[in-house]
Amino acid sequence: MKLIFEKGRPGRGTDYLGPCDVPGIEIGGAKRERPLRLPEVSESEVDRHYSLLARHTHGVNDGFYPLGSCTMKYNPAVNEYAASLPGFTQVHPLQEADTAAGCREVCRRLEGMLCEITGMDDMSLQPAAGAHGEFTGLLLIKAYHRAMGHTGRNKILVPDSAHGTNPASASMAGFEVVSIASDENGFVDLAALQAAVGEDTAGLMLTNPNTVGLFDPQILEITRIVHEAGGLNYYDGANLNAIMGIARPGDMGFDVVHLNLHKTFSTPHGGGGPGSGPSGCKHFLSPFLPGKDTPESIGNVRSFGGNFLVAVRALAYLMTIGREGVPDAAKHAVLNANYMRVKLADLFPMAYDRICMHEFVMSLEKLKEETGVSALDAAKAMLDHGIHPPTMYFPLIVHEALMVEPTETETRETLDEAVEVLRGIWQAAHDDPERLHLLPRTTPVRRPDEVSAARNPRIRYDFEAVRG
Amino acid sequence: MNFPKNLMYTKTHEWVLFAEDGSAAVGITDYAQDQLGDLVFVNLPEKGDPVTAGESFADVESVKAVSDVLSPVTGEVAEINELLADEPQRMNQAPYDSWFVKVQNITDRAELMDAEAYQAYTASC
Repeated sequence: MKLIFEKGRPGRGTDYLGPCDVPGIEIGGAKRERPLRLPEVSESEVDRHYSLLARHTHGVNDGFYPLGSCTMKYNPAVNEYAASLPGFTQVHPLQEADTAAGCREVCRRLEGMLCEITGMDDMSLQPAAGAHGEFTGLLLIKAYHRAMGHTGRNKILVPDSAHGTNPASASMAGFEVVSIASDENGFVDLAALQAAVGEDTAGLMLTNPNTVGLFDPQILEITRIVHEAGGLNYYDGANLNAIMGIARPGDMGFDVVHLNLHKTFSTPHGGGGPGSGPSGCKHFLSPFLPGKDTPESIGNVRSFGGNFLVAVRALAYLMTIGREGVPDAAKHAVLNANYMRVKLADLFPMAYDRICMHEFVMSLEKLKEETGVSALDAAKAMLDHGIHPPTMYFPLIVHEALMVEPTETETRETLDEAVEVLRGIWQAAHDDPERLHLLPRTTPVRRPDEVSAARNPRIRYDFEAVRG
Repeated sequence: MNFPKNLMYTKTHEWVLFAEDGSAAVGITDYAQDQLGDLVFVNLPEKGDPVTAGESFADVESVKAVSDVLSPVTGEVAEINELLADEPQRMNQAPYDSWFVKVQNITDRAELMDAEAYQAYTASC
């Protein structure tokens, strides 16, 4: 398809809106040397351009989206209703505080509910995404150790099954990352953890249930080992959907958490809207939180109260499903994952064949050995059936991994259909493996050349090449 | 899968070739490149950098993941293979010609296997 820069013609625009009646001013020294190169297109061209882009994508509203670890649950329409109320949209963060009391009440209530769900004592809604929340939480740990005079605590322990953002956030926050091996069951290897902790341990980052969809039964032992060594425990809330309303990170020995409102609390994910990754903590870390009027605060990590309208959506979700709905959602997420796991396990060996939490990991290593059809091929084949592929090649500790997370908002028919599609792909891999290397056939973009794209990235529009 | 007899191997799938002058060339094995898939980027140390046996000295990126490359020896980087930066596909096409670094002043080495032992080890991976 054409890029928007390749549409329109010089001088074209829209005349639905009158000319700008605000006089221009010049800011000394900051004037552009040449005009900004913006697309010159009519309103209808812009409209059609974005409609076409929308047809090239796949969202939760287009079909099943079992992207493991991303919790692509349905985003209820009532959330959008709440977020579009003028009392929430027609406000400015700098207006007098007493004229926006309702907005502050939204934040206060949401913080309270999130604290209750996680077992934390305080929460900041500032972080704008999951990794931002991780970074913020790590800065809390850093500020705490500094305040306590623990100058030598500069290492963060991260299990090898962790999301890549964990070591990246720790590194960004100035820590050295130490990888902890998993045992044969996919859990933290306690001996390896015991050997790794010491006077240089700042903390541990852990996702529980972990990235293979298993709840670590040694969690109390793990957090005790880290605490006894003088470190803090960080809970990555990526997989909270499996346990919300049932078990609380705060009761497991965690001191700091981040949540992903765009996963667990049904706000739009990715391009659908800005994210939100609140950071929560226990009392003793509360003075360090961002946005606090305390001398210990790490300062702002984002302007004002974060992505406020995302908070409105999350509060709408929690108030809609209520206290009983929170554990119900978790139970159904776990049930749906186990339903699919059991219906697939005879053809697709499970990396860890046991009752799982909200997601499971299949290994297609055997299928690849027998037929040459890889996890990538199987994932691409699913696109022809209107299903977004599961997460591929993650976690790294499982070869040819497909990581499936159906979420609680899918019907049994949808799960059955996806199971049939996957079983059909397994059969097709044995009947005609060559054909699977060429799929998908029905999508607007077929199989992109990921290798060339990574080796020779073209990531900005080349005006000169087009306009000469 | 190719396991040249003149090389030594690590459990983490690096190969090392010891030269007569006491230096060593280091790269990743055929098995490693096959597991990683199409490689698109390599991050190499600089000439003169120290490397430690068993510790990461470089990382490689495939379309699937980024992986650490561990040094089979302790020493100092004498030379880096600039060709790999522009043509990372060389690591897939000719893994045993695609040395990452040459190491000199070697003082220690990791636990190494000969070709036969490494081949048996990969069969059990």
